[in-house]
Amino acid sequence: MDAKGALANAFDVGELTFEPTEVAPGLSAMAMNTEDSLREYLRLFVRIPLIGRIGPLAKTFDFVADAAPGVKEILGVGKLCYEVRERNYDLIVVDAEASGHIVSQIGAPKVIADLVQVGLVRDQTQWMLDILNDPLRTGVVVATTPEEMPVTESIELLGRLTEETGAYPSAVIANRVLPVLFSRDEQRIFDRLDEALEILVSGAGEGMSAVLDAARLAEARRRTGAQHLDRLRASLDSMARTQGAIPIITVPELFSRSSGPRVVSLVADMLAEELDPTSLLPSERSTASDDE
Amino acid sequence: MSEFDNLLASREMILVAGSGGVGKTTIAAAIGIAAAERQKSRVLVLTVDPARRLASALGLEEVGNAPVQIDPAAFSEAGVKVRGEVWVAMLDTKAGWDELIRRHAPDAAVRDSVLANPLYENITSRFVHSHEYLAMEQLHDLHATGDFDLVIVDTPPSRNALSILDAPSRMVEFFGSRLLRWLTVPYRSRLFTVASKPFYQVADRVLGSRFLQDIADFFVLFQAMESGFVRRAREVEALLVDPRTSFVVVTTLETAPSREARFLSQQLLERDMSLGAIVANRVLPEELAGAEAAKSAAALLEVAAGDLSESVAKKLGKVSSQQVERVLIQVAEQFDDVALVAARESDRRSELASLAPITLSIPWVSGDIHDVAGLGVLAGHLRNPA
Repeated sequence: MDAKGALANAFDVGELTFEPTEVAPGLSAMAMNTEDSLREYLRLFVRIPLIGRIGPLAKTFDFVADAAPGVKEILGVGKLCYEVRERNYDLIVVDAEASGHIVSQIGAPKVIADLVQVGLVRDQTQWMLDILNDPLRTGVVVATTPEEMPVTESIELLGRLTEETGAYPSAVIANRVLPVLFSRDEQRIFDRLDEALEILVSGAGEGMSAVLDAARLAEARRRTGAQHLDRLRASLDSMARTQGAIPIITVPELFSRSSGPRVVSLVADMLAEELDPTSLLPSERSTASDDE
Repeated sequence: MSEFDNLLASREMILVAGSGGVGKTTIAAAIGIAAAERQKSRVLVLTVDPARRLASALGLEEVGNAPVQIDPAAFSEAGVKVRGEVWVAMLDTKAGWDELIRRHAPDAAVRDSVLANPLYENITSRFVHSHEYLAMEQLHDLHATGDFDLVIVDTPPSRNALSILDAPSRMVEFFGSRLLRWLTVPYRSRLFTVASKPFYQVADRVLGSRFLQDIADFFVLFQAMESGFVRRAREVEALLVDPRTSFVVVTTLETAPSREARFLSQQLLERDMSLGAIVANRVLPEELAGAEAAKSAAALLEVAAGDLSESVAKKLGKVSSQQVERVLIQVAEQFDDVALVAARESDRRSELASLAPITLSIPWVSGDIHDVAGLGVLAGHLRNPA
């Protein structure tokens, strides 16, 4: 939704457009564009022969979409719901806008229904809400990293999703989680290695103290992250009473690469291992995800 | 004086920019402390949405647009020696907009109609980069009071780093836009404007004429404030290129934030805006990328299984050499991962260094920073880089 080219980069393909590109067998990718979405909408629903003449006015329309509450959002979310309704795909994964914006996006049909009293758009908000609020068809996956602000924002987002929209949070994915290095006994040994620094230096060279520093740094980072994940878990547990358990799926930090198709395939493998394969691919489903 | 001290001494406004999640607010607060450490002055940090614990450390529990002073006792308790005063204010977008409307409304009737309009809140919260513009407005106001020697703005997180730079001109553009003119042409004559006829028909069909009319009513009111808004936006825009203003771009050395920082820095240079410094936050120590450490890590992997683990176990006492061996192997393997990241960071740092007169690295510290003492440590890194 927030086209900065990150998705194209992830699949290592050229610029993505509103027209879907098949990036792998059975996998298509597109970039949302409000203006194209509007054109398609007019072609499909308004059916008046004006499309050619709208060209010079597209910019004006963009301004309206900018200024009128919910219009831009509904053009985006409407396109997604339309694809779900038409059953054009088995699964639609939405790389949603940053956490502050996703609530207004998913909530757009409701805002429109409240603000617009008559007109085609209003008439069409109900079927969108039916799709968005059906936990069998739409789930929101919140992605986060084990750091202070992302975890705090995710907790807030989960609360707002429940309060302000009817959408169903189905999972939290904690990305870039550092692995546990030591058992408790080993941890105690690690914490005392400084006492044996001389021996280590004589055995493995002068660089040993930097090597120990590196391990200590990584360990401190992991510990801080683990505390934030505990906080996340605690607040998910308190939400669980009202809406069933929201699982946390963790994806470990990948040191070798930070972006591109290689990372995508490694992360996909890890997710496949963590996810219950039977829960994948119901007949139709749209999934929104936050974009950490 | 260090280079960074010089920058703070020669400027009256510092805009702290960068992508979200890089510690921008924390760095902005640390810059404020650094400035107050350097000389006896009044420094203000204007922030947008601080992490809660940081906010409470700064005494920002309930403040709005009005600045509050950080209790000097908080500094002395934390062992931070400031010579000046540090003030903080938290941007309240809604209050800021209300204030703008009050200032620019030609009369009480327009003012009250706008403030009571149901579209007003919805529109101001998502419209023409509202947050960015309001941050700049506040900066303008606070600087104009003459109450502060230095105002530091922690710019709002945005989808696009440029939106802070473009916010004032977008505001001017909006008031001169076809949309506003079109929306505010009386309903009847709109039907007769040939150019807008097809557009109007479509818009009417899709959005409903009632909604369009609501929007139009609102913008008619809004247009009454045009001249005031435009003049202000121009003044605010001028601040961006003012010689007393400088940008500090904050980033981590990860891929995406670095790319954003590089882009932002290049844009600043292109627009003749002053880029004072790039601050690389949460950086791994550079020596981790060094050859000596790598050699030791490789050696450790080879000798861990032998006598070394045994002597370490003996030295520590009450532990088995097998356990020590496992720990040492983990340490050695762990090193490769960290060193790889450190090497990548070092590359990115040199790329960024070519763009700004000052590039500073703030080392990664364990835990998050949410007290005055932690901010004092950061201020030290800014003023006396390693």
